Amino acid sequence: MSKWQLITKGLVKDNPTFVLLLGMCPTLATTTSAINGLSMGLATLFVLVLSNMAISAIAPVVPDKVHIPVYIVVIATFVTLLQFLMQAYTPDIYATLGLFIPLIVVNCIVLGRAEAFANKHGVLDSALDGLGVGLGFTLSLTVLGLVRELLGSLSAFGWKIPGTGDGMLAFVMAPGAFLCLGYLMVLFNKFIAKK
Amino acid sequence: MAVKSNLVNMAVCLLVTCLVCSAILAGVYAVTAAPIAETNAKLLRASIGAVLPEGGELSDAQSLTVGGQPSEYYTLSEDGSVKAYAVKSTVVGFGGPLTLMVGLTPEGVVYNTSVLSHQETPGLGAKCNTDEKFMAQWKGFDTAQKILKVKKDGGDVDAITASTITSRAYATAIQNALDAIKGVASDAVSGASVKPENTEDPSDE
Amino acid sequence: MEILLIIVSAIFVNNIVLAQFLGICPYLGVSNKLSTASGMSLAVCFVITLSTLVTYLLNKYLLLHFHLEFLQTIAFILVIAALVQMVEIVLKKVSPSLYQALGIFLPLITTNCAVLGVAINVVTKEFTFGLPSHMLGLGEAVLYAFATSLGYGLAMVLFAGLREHLALCNVPKAFKGVPIALITVGILAMAFMGFSGIA
Repeated sequence: MSKWQLITKGLVKDNPTFVLLLGMCPTLATTTSAINGLSMGLATLFVLVLSNMAISAIAPVVPDKVHIPVYIVVIATFVTLLQFLMQAYTPDIYATLGLFIPLIVVNCIVLGRAEAFANKHGVLDSALDGLGVGLGFTLSLTVLGLVRELLGSLSAFGWKIPGTGDGMLAFVMAPGAFLCLGYLMVLFNKFIAKK
Repeated sequence: MAVKSNLVNMAVCLLVTCLVCSAILAGVYAVTAAPIAETNAKLLRASIGAVLPEGGELSDAQSLTVGGQPSEYYTLSEDGSVKAYAVKSTVVGFGGPLTLMVGLTPEGVVYNTSVLSHQETPGLGAKCNTDEKFMAQWKGFDTAQKILKVKKDGGDVDAITASTITSRAYATAIQNALDAIKGVASDAVSGASVKPENTEDPSDE
Repeated sequence: MEILLIIVSAIFVNNIVLAQFLGICPYLGVSNKLSTASGMSLAVCFVITLSTLVTYLLNKYLLLHFHLEFLQTIAFILVIAALVQMVEIVLKKVSPSLYQALGIFLPLITTNCAVLGVAINVVTKEFTFGLPSHMLGLGEAVLYAFATSLGYGLAMVLFAGLREHLALCNVPKAFKGVPIALITVGILAMAFMGFSGIA
């Protein structure tokens, strides 16, 4: 697989949200607007790239039976690091995403990539893989956030469509998250996945 | 790939990982602690600045009880006289705690309010932080002439559409801040109940 | 009265799956059959309550005491992982029948974000339950965790019941599997929205 393919495969073919169905909790919880979805995606991308690199570097010396706890500790370290950075420099986003930043630790995408890819490949390839999967995740979160924001509050990336009213609130709330993701998946299956 | 496991290398590996990771985190924590504290202080200053008139000198945080809960307030004074107070006030909203910073003049006029944190429903109660009409009504709200209750309860507050509970909580938070500051203001005027903290009880001697 | 409020609020109003979006992966993953769904719910209930008890004490007497708050995430996830392993070993020895019922679900629970989510929430968030906002005490924390996991079980069992019927329906091809399940959860979440404002 070429380096370029490593980056692009996460966008459609192995899209973590629509194809692999991983990381559903942040996908549903943080996509109340396109900006929130984008921020959550980028936060996950950050952890994914760093943890993939670190794990691919240490994997050869980690005894088999304790590899999961070691990986989790490594991931948790990067997540906590991200928490500090966000608290210091982007406090607004940190406040909005709240609990779901520490929960990146248990996001199955991160541990999944460590198990499926990083512990068998080199540091560079693992970084690219993390980047690709992270970008795919960011893309789906942004799209879902954008759709929910458009339907729910008739705005896009915080820009209100002029001359419009309140939108369908249900789409910003919990039920809308499930419904939107469900219907987006239907569209994805129908038009994109088959090609 | 991985090394064959035995008790020693498993224990060593886990120990080393935990030590290294904790050390890294402790390091990063030490480095970012200052920027985090500064960011928080900046946010607090901004929220206080937004609810108080410009000019004058701002005091440090002083503690008082607002609505039965320990809270804090800041005094803005100019030429030795109190110009306004900023009071932190927490009430139970629709989705959880709703914390406001309320700017009040000693005469009981609301200068302005800002939301510090809330857990209200997005698109409904959360509008207490974004709805211009709702937010604008607090500027110069004179509690001597207007009643701090939503119109549904016979007051003068315009509630957010479909979010009466949030609006009611918001008004209560301001009322609590007002009640708390009235005690402080009357103390400051009469001077009667202002006691130094280390006043010794004569009977102890 | 307050105890009742905590229970109602945790099970219905702030349902962990349908309102807080925690633990979705296993929720979608093992809800195909009613029997596996109830097994998973039991195991989650057990682990959430126990891990909240342990992490609460750990946070209060170790992390806060020694000003090590920055190790919170790492410490909690390790405790949960270790706890799950221990529960597995103890169950195997003490009650083989219970182990048979819960065993296969236990390893999955470590990465169930509901467990870590509740543990972090309980020690960092202020709760109200109709009272002035406050941090939870130990008793309240454990009760809240237990009630929350009951809410997880309720949502899980309800959904599994619906899915067993759905499996017999003839849905369009693009809707098959997860999409129709998500849409069903959406409608279920709408029903649960009716509870909001009670507590």
